[in-house]
Amino acid sequence: MDKINLDRADSNFKKELASQPGGEKISACFTCRTCTASCPITAVNNNFNPLRIIRMALYGLKEEVLASDFIWLCSSCYACQERCPQGVTITEFMTLLKNLAVKEGNMPTGIRVQRDTIKGKGRIYPIDDFDNKKRAKVALPPIPTSCNVVEKLFPPVGTHL
Amino acid sequence: MKYAFFLGCTIPARSRNYELSARKVADKLGIELIDVEEFICCGFPMKASDYKSAEIMGAYNLCLAQEKDLDICVLCSSCASQLTEVAHSLSEDGPDREQINDELSRTGLKYGGGVKVRHFARILLEDIGIEKIKEHLIKDLSDLKTAIHYGCHYLKPSEIYDGFDDVENPKSLETLVALTGARVIDYPGKKRCCGGPVLPVEENVAMSVAKEKLDDIVDAGADAMCLVCPFCSVMYDDNQKSIESEFGTDYNLPVLYLTQLLGLAMGFDRKELGLNINVVKTKELLSKYFD
Repeated sequence: MDKINLDRADSNFKKELASQPGGEKISACFTCRTCTASCPITAVNNNFNPLRIIRMALYGLKEEVLASDFIWLCSSCYACQERCPQGVTITEFMTLLKNLAVKEGNMPTGIRVQRDTIKGKGRIYPIDDFDNKKRAKVALPPIPTSCNVVEKLFPPVGTHL
Repeated sequence: MKYAFFLGCTIPARSRNYELSARKVADKLGIELIDVEEFICCGFPMKASDYKSAEIMGAYNLCLAQEKDLDICVLCSSCASQLTEVAHSLSEDGPDREQINDELSRTGLKYGGGVKVRHFARILLEDIGIEKIKEHLIKDLSDLKTAIHYGCHYLKPSEIYDGFDDVENPKSLETLVALTGARVIDYPGKKRCCGGPVLPVEENVAMSVAKEKLDDIVDAGADAMCLVCPFCSVMYDDNQKSIESEFGTDYNLPVLYLTQLLGLAMGFDRKELGLNINVVKTKELLSKYFD
């Protein structure tokens, strides 16, 4: 793996992270690598390394982290968070990084599709009449095929009262 | 005993076998599951991209249960985790709850705290109890060597689950499976994630994670896998064939929901439990019990 390049470090990034849910405790990390050793993703693909991501964030490598593909490989399984001896909420931290990346305009297509489907239809797998036919066949109750409340929960920007 | 029955998205669309078997088991044990048509996605799959919106969806669902004065029973572990987390963070009156209620006001609902969210398996242990469950088990499944997959969000993050079970040494599912007489097989990597959440990001990584567990379980000599989350089942049951062809492996490992296993021991037949809907065929495995 390449060396971490500090030329473009943003010294405020650490503070920015510490002020948001999931980022409060990252400075407590003492690089024991329990997170990386516990990670089921690292075990199959070492492009993902939670310790390295935490260090990069603490060094202020905002752009490298938020524009990266690797933050999206976190499966949010909590193995690291449960075992961190310093109480760093690593999984929540990864969630924070992903949310910040989205604000910067970086997200995988699959994640974008999921978000848009849920916010638009209220379900990740919207139900159609065919689904309900299959359900009826085994005497399961029908599920609504449309969802109006999402328009109220997520009104288009600008119409927010 | 009565609960608002939260199905989430994956179960009604892709896991009718889980829903069918859970309803049968619940009925047998006198658990009343109330369908709430207005329930929407729990918000979990949106946590990574839009944490706030995910929380609003979770809170909206909690409000619907609150309106009916019911606690929530969940089948999906991700829904359990998301709804429990939201209930946990909004349990006390304060700025967080106020902010969410501000968003919810457009629906005319307001969350007041106090809705309890639990996974079906947890309800079996905590509200029904093993003695009562035992009374309804009429078939002995002792020929069945079962590997249990806990998955992640059934127990984690532990801080939201009030000390239910031990994350590093879990026992709750063993306790329930053992009631059927089935032999619980231990295997390395039992606590490992299914890889599911990475599926929309990088399929190959997700499949590689799932493959490791299938390898371990088959090596340990299990006849079947038992789990409690529809998304884990998508990885191990629905995707098992793809994993086999991608990695040149051969598992043919039936993947049963806990509720299917309990249902078998209760004497329900294959179709009643949706075992004919499982992707990896269960017929051979079950011929021992249905000759």
